[in-house]
Amino acid sequence: MAEDHKGKSPDPSRRSFLKYTGTAIGGVVVGGAVGSALSSKFGNKQAAPSPSASPQAPQQAADYNQAPMFLNQSQLQITEAAAERIFPKDDKGPGATDLGVAFYIDHQLASPWGVNSREYRTGPFVKGEITQGDYQSIKRHELITMGLQSMEDTSKTKYSKSFVDLAPEEKDAILTSMEKGEIMVVNGITGKTFFNLFRSLTIEGVYSDPLYGGNKNMQGWKLRKYPGNQMAYANIMDKDQFVAMEPRSLHDHFAH
Amino acid sequence: MATKMPKVPVVIVGMGWVGGIIAAELSKQGVKVLGLERGKPRGTQDYYMVHDELRYAQRYDLMQDLSKETVTFRNTEKVAAVPMREYGSFLLGEGLGGASIHWNGQTYRFLPYDFEIYSKTVERYGKQKIPEGMTIQDWGITYDQLEPYFDKFEKLAGISGDAEQNPMVGKRSNPFPTKPMIKTPVLKLFEEATKKLGYHPYMMPSANLSEQYTNPDGVTRAACQYCGYCERFGCEYGAKADAVVTVLPVAQKTGNFELRSYSNVIQVLNDGKKASGVVYVNTVTGEQFEQPADVVIMASYVFNNIKLLLTSKLGKPYDPVTGKGVIGKNYCYQTNGGSAAGFFDDKEFNLYAGAGSLGMEIPDFNGDNFDHSDLNFIHGAGIRISQTGQRPIATNSVPKGTPSWGKAFKEQSLKYANSVLAVSPQGSSMPWKHHYVDLDPTYKDAYGLPLPRITFDFEEQDRQMIKFVAGKSAEIMKEMKATTIGSSDQLGPYNIVPYQSTHNTGGVIMGAQPETSAVNSYLQMWDVENVFVVGASAFAHNSGYNPTGTVGALAYRAVEGISKYLKQGGIIV
Repeated sequence: MAEDHKGKSPDPSRRSFLKYTGTAIGGVVVGGAVGSALSSKFGNKQAAPSPSASPQAPQQAADYNQAPMFLNQSQLQITEAAAERIFPKDDKGPGATDLGVAFYIDHQLASPWGVNSREYRTGPFVKGEITQGDYQSIKRHELITMGLQSMEDTSKTKYSKSFVDLAPEEKDAILTSMEKGEIMVVNGITGKTFFNLFRSLTIEGVYSDPLYGGNKNMQGWKLRKYPGNQMAYANIMDKDQFVAMEPRSLHDHFAH
Repeated sequence: MATKMPKVPVVIVGMGWVGGIIAAELSKQGVKVLGLERGKPRGTQDYYMVHDELRYAQRYDLMQDLSKETVTFRNTEKVAAVPMREYGSFLLGEGLGGASIHWNGQTYRFLPYDFEIYSKTVERYGKQKIPEGMTIQDWGITYDQLEPYFDKFEKLAGISGDAEQNPMVGKRSNPFPTKPMIKTPVLKLFEEATKKLGYHPYMMPSANLSEQYTNPDGVTRAACQYCGYCERFGCEYGAKADAVVTVLPVAQKTGNFELRSYSNVIQVLNDGKKASGVVYVNTVTGEQFEQPADVVIMASYVFNNIKLLLTSKLGKPYDPVTGKGVIGKNYCYQTNGGSAAGFFDDKEFNLYAGAGSLGMEIPDFNGDNFDHSDLNFIHGAGIRISQTGQRPIATNSVPKGTPSWGKAFKEQSLKYANSVLAVSPQGSSMPWKHHYVDLDPTYKDAYGLPLPRITFDFEEQDRQMIKFVAGKSAEIMKEMKATTIGSSDQLGPYNIVPYQSTHNTGGVIMGAQPETSAVNSYLQMWDVENVFVVGASAFAHNSGYNPTGTVGALAYRAVEGISKYLKQGGIIV
């Protein structure tokens, strides 16, 4: 864990070393759990410090929330790669990867929401008009894993590579085909349905309270100057100028 | 077999705003009241972690569990209805306080025109103004008759509003009980622009208290903190008026009120002339209970009121072929469209802050406040700006032409996160012969009852109206000097997927004659004198205003009717 206490981004050379090693081993140990575990870029993840943290701030401990509850390693990697294209890192700040969006999505799929627990599930499931709702007979976690598989299959067919190894433009091309519904996910369910859900999940992972695993260190909120969970704004309502404040999360609300 | 319970004088089905008001008023008069609520009890202590957009706004924590009950929908009779499997267009409440917990607090009164819409339309434009199939009718009560009840509801809730009367809405016997909310720079921009254009802006009447307030029942509540979490959330301060922080404690204090939670009513027992009580299921154990009562008050949401009457064979079901029958008739919604978004390159507003009912509206194009002689529609829309708190998952507005994901999306959505405003009309909805609610032939709820089936679409009248008001919204936004304006004046078919408003109305409508209405002006069923059906189900059409103010007034009107009925019996006139 020694290298986990540096409090800065993972060393890129180490990351790519693990990645390529993993690819190589994965090629030998076909589908083996060892290969996929080694190829994982998640095993090496560190807690990213808040950009606004002062130099004196205590160093971040490991984030034990960052482990998959539902997806397998490969699904998690594709999720991260796709989410990063939807909300990419740029010179303004972090993207989906650094915000922990893949873990957010994984955790949501493992939740009651992932199995549509509060939705009407009695059949028959008939395909109605567009205005009647695009409701699936499969569950959300199935739609997502099948969609990820479908992206992976498309990638292998079209580029002879795994989705995670594609160039950014190639990833975007597949996501665009998904969005347009040109790729089928499963019996009659188009990529469009998958994409819309995946996009919403990504946005949620960027901006939901950090308690859910995304929006790491409230950096998603900081990007848009959103103050998160404040108790009161009554004293600034009549102010003409924009009032910036350090965000607070539900963690700050919780009485231990 | 249902376990038979001891008889009560009054049983109320559903403990939301309406059930709460009726319970409080009757129990204060010494009447023993039993309230049945299918969901759980709750209070402000449950909202300590309420500033959670994901849990409440995206995952609908406070809403009805659709795995048990939902509605089915079709645009026209030509297609099969499909169940609404997850939330979209509107959000149904559940649990103590019902939808009063998760509303925004926008508390308008319908216009005097609304209550006499048929007569006033014919009087001003002639009969030919009403297109074939449009089933508008007068409500059997006038604004002036209803005014004291509006006043009562506003005092109960402590509605905040302008001290000066807006000349374009119904006259008030008293000023608003509390001062208006804070006029923010956003609202001032709208106010200046609309005044310049010759309109009549005023502060949105608000149930988010502008100041600490003690109501006539002696209930004191704290002022709104503008935290930006109203709609879809419960208020941890109790500043937003709801049934749990106002009327229910009052009822409980009298000692005459009993509340049973987890009690889902599945039948109103009756012989076609009189009800003898209800049957309910304990939703935890599945056990059934028969609850005899002298008077049955239906106070659940529109769809459930209609469904229970139909499944219990109470009143005459509406027949869309003949136009005869009343239960399920005149289902209406609202027409949301024609808004204008303004992107400001040089301004940042504190959009993260706000309150559900912090806003301004112009009533100039609502109701019959403008001349419709040369227009192909009647009624209209209130045009508003509101600052409800721009939450980050829900609000990622980008100018037209921006992709919906990727680098450019990120850049633009962040750039305008605090710099985008919207001027939005909320339009009326007129009833039509072929818009109604009946029972679905295929889909059933968790208790084996058919789901209510909605047949509804937007009509040419709605498209014309949206086109007209869209022009006004864009004109206002232009005057507000936005850098870029995005607007649309097209209205597609009604789609149950995108959220629009939880303003569903009709189906058990009030009126002056039993042939054309289900309940009288006291919300008493014409056919079954000891059943009162209270709520927006009584609206004969839907105005361009939020319904709760009118629902509250009708609840007080019903209380008067129920009290009279308890003393004298028969149909109250």
